[in-house]
Amino acid sequence: MAGIKAKAKLKGDAVKVKALMKHPMESGLRKDKKGNPIPAHHITEITLLAGGETLMTANFGPAVSKNPYISMIVAGPAKGDELTIAWIDNKGESASTEVVVK
Amino acid sequence: METINTTRRTLLKGTALASVLGITGIVDLLTMSQANAAWSEVAFESGSVGDVMKALFNEDLTPTESADITLKAPDIAENGAVVPIGVKSTMPGINRIVILVEQNPSPLTATFNLGKGARADVSTRIKMGKTSDVIALVEADGKLYAARKNVKVTIGGCGG
Repeated sequence: MAGIKAKAKLKGDAVKVKALMKHPMESGLRKDKKGNPIPAHHITEITLLAGGETLMTANFGPAVSKNPYISMIVAGPAKGDELTIAWIDNKGESASTEVVVK
Repeated sequence: METINTTRRTLLKGTALASVLGITGIVDLLTMSQANAAWSEVAFESGSVGDVMKALFNEDLTPTESADITLKAPDIAENGAVVPIGVKSTMPGINRIVILVEQNPSPLTATFNLGKGARADVSTRIKMGKTSDVIALVEADGKLYAARKNVKVTIGGCGG
């Protein structure tokens, strides 16, 4: 469950952060083979942190694709700095990972 | 459970905003983030763009169409389950970017809250049930701007 693949690369004066999260992003609209609705299960919030400071948060609804991809550009972090990317979903599950700026 | 989540979100938002703008105006920001904490559930479940606007901004605001927003989306999406969307803008003072899909059962797809140093240049992949306009809203200095683009969907990605 707790899979986040992340990359952070310094380009010019800003860092491009890309992250791929492993998550079903179930919309709540689909039905299983027996016709029972599959409950919604999706990421609600993604946070990008540097040294305890929030650089960006993103709120997702169920209409973001399965295994969400997100890219962001932030100015400030330098080469070698460690960034944290974390998500929480509507069931209270969460994951986070650290990525070093290259 | 709900209460805990809401509180957590409020705290996160409060901290994020406070750290952006320094200590001044923290009280205002906290009230603002109270509203934000409430929108998350309501806005994401709203069934029309008008309802989303009401949930996000307390009224059905009509955003100004702006050429300063670049909305990157395909003309034709062969697979509605994975539609790459990018939003970019050079406008100053942007604090929030919102992605809406007009014809989806719930139009609100994602919001990006820009903190310290964050540039208005984000991308993600979204699901589209059918051919629809994709709308990018940009909130800058308390004003609302928008860009839209029609995306034709050959196979929908919402139902089953």
